[in-house]
Amino acid sequence: MNGVHDMGGMHGFGPVEPEANEPVFHAPWEGRVLAIRRALGAWRKWNIDAGRHSIETLPPADYLRMSYYEKWFASAIKLALGAGLITERELETGQRDPSVPVKTPPLTADKVMPAIMKGSPTHRETTARPRFAPGKAVRAREINPTGHTRLPRYVRGRQGTIERDHGAHVFPDSNSKFEGENPQYLYTVRFAARELWGESANPGDAVYLDLWEEYLDVA
Amino acid sequence: MAPDNDHDHDHSHDHDHDHDNHLSEMVLRVKALETLLVSKGLVDPAALDAMIDAYETKIGPRNGARVVAKAWTDPAYKARLMEDATAAIAELGYSGAQGEHMVVVENTPTVHNLVVCTLCSCYPWPVLGLPPVWYKSSAYRSRAVIDPRGVLQDFGLTVPDGVAVRVWDSTAEIRYLVLPERPAGTEGLSVEALEELVTRDTMVGTAKVTAP
Repeated sequence: MNGVHDMGGMHGFGPVEPEANEPVFHAPWEGRVLAIRRALGAWRKWNIDAGRHSIETLPPADYLRMSYYEKWFASAIKLALGAGLITERELETGQRDPSVPVKTPPLTADKVMPAIMKGSPTHRETTARPRFAPGKAVRAREINPTGHTRLPRYVRGRQGTIERDHGAHVFPDSNSKFEGENPQYLYTVRFAARELWGESANPGDAVYLDLWEEYLDVA
Repeated sequence: MAPDNDHDHDHSHDHDHDHDNHLSEMVLRVKALETLLVSKGLVDPAALDAMIDAYETKIGPRNGARVVAKAWTDPAYKARLMEDATAAIAELGYSGAQGEHMVVVENTPTVHNLVVCTLCSCYPWPVLGLPPVWYKSSAYRSRAVIDPRGVLQDFGLTVPDGVAVRVWDSTAEIRYLVLPERPAGTEGLSVEALEELVTRDTMVGTAKVTAP
């Protein structure tokens, strides 16, 4: 979707402001939100792409106003409601529906570090051959899907060069809709800064993106 | 001027007050959600504590600093790191969530690398921990690709025109770690002393490592 989350190349947000000696969390609730969202994820009712889409579909003004962990909090609620883990009424009252049996959490304290260390790899074996080889000139497709996509607007229609082949990876556009992993080749594509931003860009500079085969055409 | 200053003062004071109210509201809302989820048996509060402890005490930029210092001092390790970063980083015990597929990009006298995620805030958690606020900010996400040299200036870093700036926009599940240049004058330092020099920002590409 052409959402406000697709920020590459926008103007007007001011300077970047690093914070000296920044803590991991600025308040304890931020850590609780991180942990709650990941612990709910252990129910495997959604995937990372659906999770990202739940944040992208927050109202644009809310997206810009909210902090990272506020967005994660809003997303956790949206995902849990959507998956039927909680109901609107439970959320309003703060009381569980007594007619629903109490469950057993899949993520217990002893499983936290093993789950973190394992992660969720997205590489998949495939018998398909890659369509593009390193060095090949490609053009990012001019597409405007209304659902989740990882093809940013600022490279659509632009020409680049295949830098590296990462093998097949889960395709976010279909996975986010629970329409299957549709694994396909993922490539690092190099775009010259001048191709993206015009003559004012430094001639040696470049931007590299990881793009799935379905996002690319032969240039 | 004085009345204007007073006004500004009052205004910012009110603003801070609203901000505090808003944050205390978040405390209450998060607490209410956690209580509901625990009562339904959906989350285990001890697991939440363990997750927070992992990212506050175990998983952070000191992990990445170990990778960098080892690459600086062990050419065979550096070769493995550049060939298959995921496996080389796992040799040191770091792997998993938000670092399942790692790539290391090397700074040289002619190339400076900078990592961003314009679409969300993807960041290599196993080696750098959770991202700082500036990395997640709209300012960084919007400008890093169109004006990387200006962003680096915000960090006090001027990259000469003759040095190519390469920006890595983390649009898939590949996560990037910058291997910064080892500064001159550090030849006699131990690996442990080198690790101390390597900061988070040098591994994102917004700073250079400096000799002590």
